Amino acid sequence: MSNNFVYQKKELPSYIGKIGISLLIIGIILGVIGYIIEPARAAFSYLTSYIYLVSIGIGSLFLVALEYTAGATWSTPFRRIVEFLAATVPLLIILAVPLLFNLHDFFLWANKEVVVNDKILEGKTVYLNVPFLLIRLAFILVSWMIFYLVITKNSRKQDETGDQNLTTRNIKISTVFILWFAVSISIIAVDWVMSVEPHWFSTIFGAYYFAGTTWSALAALTLIVILLNENGYLADKIKKDHYYSLGTMLFAFTCFWGYMAVSQYLLIWYGDLPAETTWFIHRWHGAWSVLSIALIAGHFIVPFLALLSFPSKTDPKRLKFMSIWILVFHFIDVYWMIMPGMKLESGGYFFSWSDLVFPIAVVGLLMIVFNSMAKKHNLIPVRDPKLQRGFDFRL
Amino acid sequence: MDRSNKIYGITALFSKPETILNAAEKVSGSGYKKFDVNTPYPVHGMDSAMKLKRSFLGFVTLTFGFSGTAFILFFMWWTLSVSYKLVIGGKPFFPLPAFIPITFEFTVLLAAISTVFGMIAAFFNLPKNSHPLNETEYMRSVSHNKFGIVIEAADPLFDEVKLTQLLKELGAEKVEIVYWPEEEKFKIFEPKFITFLIIIAVLTSGTTYFSLNKLMYIVPFNWMDKQDKTIPQEKSDFFPDKFGMRTPVEGTVARGFMPYPFMGVDTPKVFLSDPLLPTKEVLKLGQRKFLTFCSPCHGNLGEGDGRLQGQFPNGPTFHSNAVINMSDGQIYHIITNGRNVMPSYASQITRRERWAIINYIRVLQRAENASAADIQAAKEEESDKDVQ
Repeated sequence: MSNNFVYQKKELPSYIGKIGISLLIIGIILGVIGYIIEPARAAFSYLTSYIYLVSIGIGSLFLVALEYTAGATWSTPFRRIVEFLAATVPLLIILAVPLLFNLHDFFLWANKEVVVNDKILEGKTVYLNVPFLLIRLAFILVSWMIFYLVITKNSRKQDETGDQNLTTRNIKISTVFILWFAVSISIIAVDWVMSVEPHWFSTIFGAYYFAGTTWSALAALTLIVILLNENGYLADKIKKDHYYSLGTMLFAFTCFWGYMAVSQYLLIWYGDLPAETTWFIHRWHGAWSVLSIALIAGHFIVPFLALLSFPSKTDPKRLKFMSIWILVFHFIDVYWMIMPGMKLESGGYFFSWSDLVFPIAVVGLLMIVFNSMAKKHNLIPVRDPKLQRGFDFRL
Repeated sequence: MDRSNKIYGITALFSKPETILNAAEKVSGSGYKKFDVNTPYPVHGMDSAMKLKRSFLGFVTLTFGFSGTAFILFFMWWTLSVSYKLVIGGKPFFPLPAFIPITFEFTVLLAAISTVFGMIAAFFNLPKNSHPLNETEYMRSVSHNKFGIVIEAADPLFDEVKLTQLLKELGAEKVEIVYWPEEEKFKIFEPKFITFLIIIAVLTSGTTYFSLNKLMYIVPFNWMDKQDKTIPQEKSDFFPDKFGMRTPVEGTVARGFMPYPFMGVDTPKVFLSDPLLPTKEVLKLGQRKFLTFCSPCHGNLGEGDGRLQGQFPNGPTFHSNAVINMSDGQIYHIITNGRNVMPSYASQITRRERWAIINYIRVLQRAENASAADIQAAKEEESDKDVQ
């Protein structure tokens, strides 16, 4: 069917790369300054931004795998964009290195003298110990990278050969990846977010983080698809029907996040056990309560109402606004999960300007990665067997 | 079905989804409003081809959904926080997190039900007993393997000849005109119908009467109505006085019950004697029962200063010489039989407990008039405890 479609590759404007590099450099310089002034505090800011980058990177790879497994056709024309975003996955390995210098600041359980005097933490040392943590991290990041490389390699090879078996092969790999993704994303969430407050535990925490992950990856995808399509980079075949589907996915994951958040809160609230409630009590006092309420409103109620109607899911302007809104609120969500648990030698949490520095670098990095990938590869999977059906997709 | 001469509309059959999409586009583009497309499965893009407006069913769902949210929140607030406050698990009277699942369920329930009923009643115009397209070749084809379009004669632009030509040009396989069915007249008071009605009425009521009044009482379904035993207050032919209920044989004693021979006698000539030893266990039991049954009138220390002062005549003190000099059996008789306004406690306090109470009363009496030696002994015991 693809014989009636000729793809003319259009180069992205050069300013994207330039802006990306300058944002990244500004972010890194300010970050390093922050690290020199207050190493431990800046490390926490870095951890937040790192987890945020994990969300977008692995969430995007999950969306690629989801498209293959579900046999979706509507999203095929812009699958490449998610693949480009997922190109951050191999970088996660390098970016994880700075984290290793501040393990003792992040994790109470990494300090031997604390663990010895704490029976609960002592009992958890089987799982929560530094060598095992590093093994898990390395194994997960490397496995993610392998999955990313294999899936995208097959996808790009198809641009040249048009071999339909590559799609079949990717479906199998994606199925395995989704199973492993469910386990690994939970491990990452438990290791790097939940264990900042090691006395507390929640069995639904991995699913809660996963909801935000996919939500933010979808928002990044929606934003980029609309920007590219408005400027004619996607062969002018993406219509409001595609926008509607993207909007519906965003709406669905808004509800899913709300469902997970309520489930987590409700059980702990009902049980009312001191070991479990501390986490929420901490986030319901002082300035944190403002952020908690902002999260309920901004992470659920506003996107729910804003994305509820048909016109708002098809209007590119409103979708763009909501995508940015979602990207911001997922960052706030990650911040809200990690920061209140901070316990430094100088005391508990305090606000630092370095929290705002690293997100700049994240945005810059995403722009550079996307730009360089777009230079090397086609923006559309030109010989994918599902492509024409994707273009023809109508509600 | 017989057809009249009145035209209902013109139908055309197509064999491919692309041609029907094109046809729908052209027909709607030519300004026709009253037309419909029938396909064996949903064809994507048909809404815009037919220039259909978006259905307002979504607003029905939204309105009912939010009404559900508002109603159930109000309902739970009124029942649990205002009208009948209950403490459940130590939660506040308005426990919002506990209400969230119910609010969610009720919102979804009302939204779903309103959507389904709104769709059936308001949008499909159901129930509809007949439609001119029923029992036509057209309907058979479009529910099988063809795509059809029907333009109603009620449309102001309707022109038989022009439309036939237009549809043929669009690639229709078959263009056909459908006529309204002949109106059929049914007589309500037809003898056959009335007879049938009467037969059904008689049959239904007869069967109901038979099954409820007769069938139910035929042997194995008699609800155990008849049994080979005598039910209280029933007549019996076995005994000469015809009473089913019998009085027990004289001298029968109920299980676990020991008769007291001096019941109802004011001052019997002989009294029972205390069978219990004043062990710690017995005294503890006596104290507990004393505090439960005796202390309300006689006071916690038996001084005749009970808690019911003013509401009930006070019992006498146990520290008068008269009581101190009473034998154990005399006190037992008073507890069992009652005296003056004091009722019998035989049904509330068991025999053993009565004797235990008497032992405890003796303890109280001794404590009230303790000798120096007693106090010394108590002090020594106290200091022994402290040392331990």
